[in-house]
Amino acid sequence: MAAERPRPDYPVSGADPLAPARPRAVPGWDDPVDLDKDPAVVPQLAETDVPEDLQLEIEHHMSLYPDRHSAVIPALWAAQTRYGYLPTEALLQVAAVMRVTPGYLSSIASFYDMFNEEPVGRNSVYVCTSVACHVTRAPEVFRAIRAAADEEGLEDTEIREFECLGACDMAPMASVNGRYVGPLDASDAHEIVSAIREGRTPLPGRGLEDADFELPWLAGDGNGKTSAPAGTPEAEAGHDSASRHPAGTPEAEAGHDS
Amino acid sequence: MSTTLRLLEHIDEPGLAGMEVYERLGGYEALRTALFEMEPDEILEALESSGLRGRGGAGFSMGKKASFIPKGTMDKYLCCNADESEPGTFNNRLLMQKDPHRLIEGIIIAAIAAGVNKAFIYIRGEYKLQADVLDRAVAEAYEKGYLGEGILDSEFGLSLVVHRGAGAYICGEESALLDSLEGKRGNPRLKPPFPANRGLYQGPTLINNVETLCNVPYVIGMGVEEFKKVGTEKSAGTKLVSVSGNVQRPGNYEVALGTPIREIVYGLAGGPAEGRTVKCFFPGGSSAPVLSAEEGLDLPYDFESMAQAGSMLGSGAIIVIDDEQPLVPLALRLAHFYRHESCGKCSPCREGTNWTVKMLERMDQGEATPMDVEIMAQVQSNIIGNCLCVLGDSMAMPIGSMLEKFRDEFELHIEEARARNDASDLELGAGELASVATAGPS
Repeated sequence: MAAERPRPDYPVSGADPLAPARPRAVPGWDDPVDLDKDPAVVPQLAETDVPEDLQLEIEHHMSLYPDRHSAVIPALWAAQTRYGYLPTEALLQVAAVMRVTPGYLSSIASFYDMFNEEPVGRNSVYVCTSVACHVTRAPEVFRAIRAAADEEGLEDTEIREFECLGACDMAPMASVNGRYVGPLDASDAHEIVSAIREGRTPLPGRGLEDADFELPWLAGDGNGKTSAPAGTPEAEAGHDSASRHPAGTPEAEAGHDS
Repeated sequence: MSTTLRLLEHIDEPGLAGMEVYERLGGYEALRTALFEMEPDEILEALESSGLRGRGGAGFSMGKKASFIPKGTMDKYLCCNADESEPGTFNNRLLMQKDPHRLIEGIIIAAIAAGVNKAFIYIRGEYKLQADVLDRAVAEAYEKGYLGEGILDSEFGLSLVVHRGAGAYICGEESALLDSLEGKRGNPRLKPPFPANRGLYQGPTLINNVETLCNVPYVIGMGVEEFKKVGTEKSAGTKLVSVSGNVQRPGNYEVALGTPIREIVYGLAGGPAEGRTVKCFFPGGSSAPVLSAEEGLDLPYDFESMAQAGSMLGSGAIIVIDDEQPLVPLALRLAHFYRHESCGKCSPCREGTNWTVKMLERMDQGEATPMDVEIMAQVQSNIIGNCLCVLGDSMAMPIGSMLEKFRDEFELHIEEARARNDASDLELGAGELASVATAGPS
C-alpha cells in the first residue's frame, strides 16, 4: 500500500533507495495502533547507547533553561546535525538524556518544518517561493534546480519549496545548506547542483554571509545609487544612498567603487 | 520629510557586529545611563512618553507593555521575538546580522525597566548565520560584564540565551512562541491571561520585537524629546521598511513614520520595472489587507493612516505587486502558505485555509463558477476573529481584500480558465471522433 502513495512534489533523491517516498502524513499516522501494548516509557540512560559528546551537548542546553523541556529543540538540532535526520534511535537517545518519552519528542519533531523523521538527504536546498519571491519568478528557479538535480543525478539532497526565508531583498533566493544565496536566475541551477555534489561553496560572492556581498542594484559605481528615478525628488534619492551607505564611511564607498 | 538615520546610521561600518567597534561608536552608553542614572520607573516613564510603539505588528506602546509587568520578586522573563517569518519582512535579519549589540543593549535596558533577570532571544531556525552572530555577541557581552550577575558591578543581573527555532511561522505569534520556548508544539494559547501576567513558565513575561528593542537604546541615549522629533505625533521614531516584490531596488530603508508611501516605493525602492505600474501592495507583510495603487500610494506610512485605510502597518514590509501579476496564483501561493503553517488547533483556521486553497485551485483550473467567489469571500469572513490567534485572519484579510477590490479580475480568471477547459474538451472530443472514424470497419 505504501508504495502507491503519491510521491511528494519535491524529489527525495536517493538517500536510501529502499526507503519509501516521504509520506504526506506524519509517520505512523496510517498504521494501526496496538492497544494491548504498554505506552512507551522514558528510556533509561544506562541502557541506551548515547554518544558522549551528544549527551554533553544536550545536557549543556538543558542547563541553560529553568525547565529542561525547553531544551527540546536545541537537543533535536544536536541529534539531527549528527545523524542527518531523526531516526527512532536518535529520538531514544535524546529521550534518555532529557528524561522524556520518545513520543513527546516525535510530537515536537513532526511539528517543526526543519526536523525530519525520515531520511531526506544530508544536503538541503530550500527555495523560497513565498509572495515576494513568487512575483520575481522563484517558481521558475525552483523547477530549474529540480531539473538540474534530476539531470545530474544529485543524491542525498532535499530540494523543496520553502516558506518565506526572510531575504526578499535578494529574491528570488534559496538557502543551500543554510547559506543564503541570491538573487538567483534559472541559469544558476547547474552551478548550485554541481557545488553540492563536489562539496564546494555554491555561488561564492553571492551569499549573504560573504564579505563582498552586495545587491546588484547597489553594486558598481556610485552613479547608479544617486541618480534619481524619473519623478522623484532629489532629496529622496539622496536619502536612498544614505540609507544604504551612510555618510561617515567614505572609505567604504570608495572601496566599492573600484 | 526628515532623512534622519538611526538604526541604519552605522550599519555598514565594518566590524560593527564586534564589541570593539560598537563601543567606539558609543555603544552601551545608554545602558550605563539607564543603570546608574535612572530608576527603573524612570526608564518605564521614558519609554512610555517617547511614543515608541511595538514594531512587530500590533503597534502597541512599548512602555505601556513593559509597565504591565507586575512588580515583585517573582521570576519574570523577557523574550525577544526574532522569529521573523512574516513573508516580505527582513529588517530584523539585517539588524541582528550587522548590529547584534544594539539588540543586546536594548534587551538589557528593557530588562532593567521591567525588573527581569532572565531573557531569551527566540530566533527562527532558518537564520543560522544571524544566530551565530548573536551567539558570538552574547558571549562577548558576558565577557565584558554587560551580561551575567552584577552587570557593570551594579546589583542588577541578567542572563540571556539565544534560542533557535526549527521552522514554524506560528511561533512568531507571542503565545505560540512561549509554548515553543517551553519545549512544546507551538500552539497559541487562549488569552487572557496575557503574557504580562502569565507567560513563560507561568511567570510574567515581556515580549518585544527585535526592532522595538533596538530602538530602546536610542530612547534612553538621546532622550525622549530628541527621539520624538522624528515621526508623527502618535507614531514616533523611524521605521525600517522592507520593500520587496516588483520593485527595482528591494531592500531595507529607514524612514520617518509618516513618510508618503509613494516616496518609499518609487523614491527609495525605484518603483516597478520600466513600463509597468503598481497594481496593489501589501503595506505590512503578507498578512495585511492589500491596498490598490490609487487608494494607498499617497497615504503617509504610519500606524494610524494604515488602520484608517482598512489595512495595517504590521511588520513594516511593503510587498509591491505590479500590473503584470495575475492575482489568483498569488492568492493561491498565499493560501498555500497559511494552510501549511496553520497549527490546526482552531477549526475556522484549519478548515478555512484548506478550503480556500481548494477553491483557488478550482478557479485556476477552470472548475469554478462565479458563485465560488461569493463562497470564498464568505469563508474568509467566517475565519476572521474566530480563532485563538490571528494566523487565520492573516490569510483571510489579504485574500478577502483582494476579492473585494479586484473581484472583476477573479471573475475574469474563472471565465478564462473555463473557456480554456472547454476548448481543450472540444479538441479532445473531436480527436476521439476522428479516431473512431479511422478505426471504423474498413
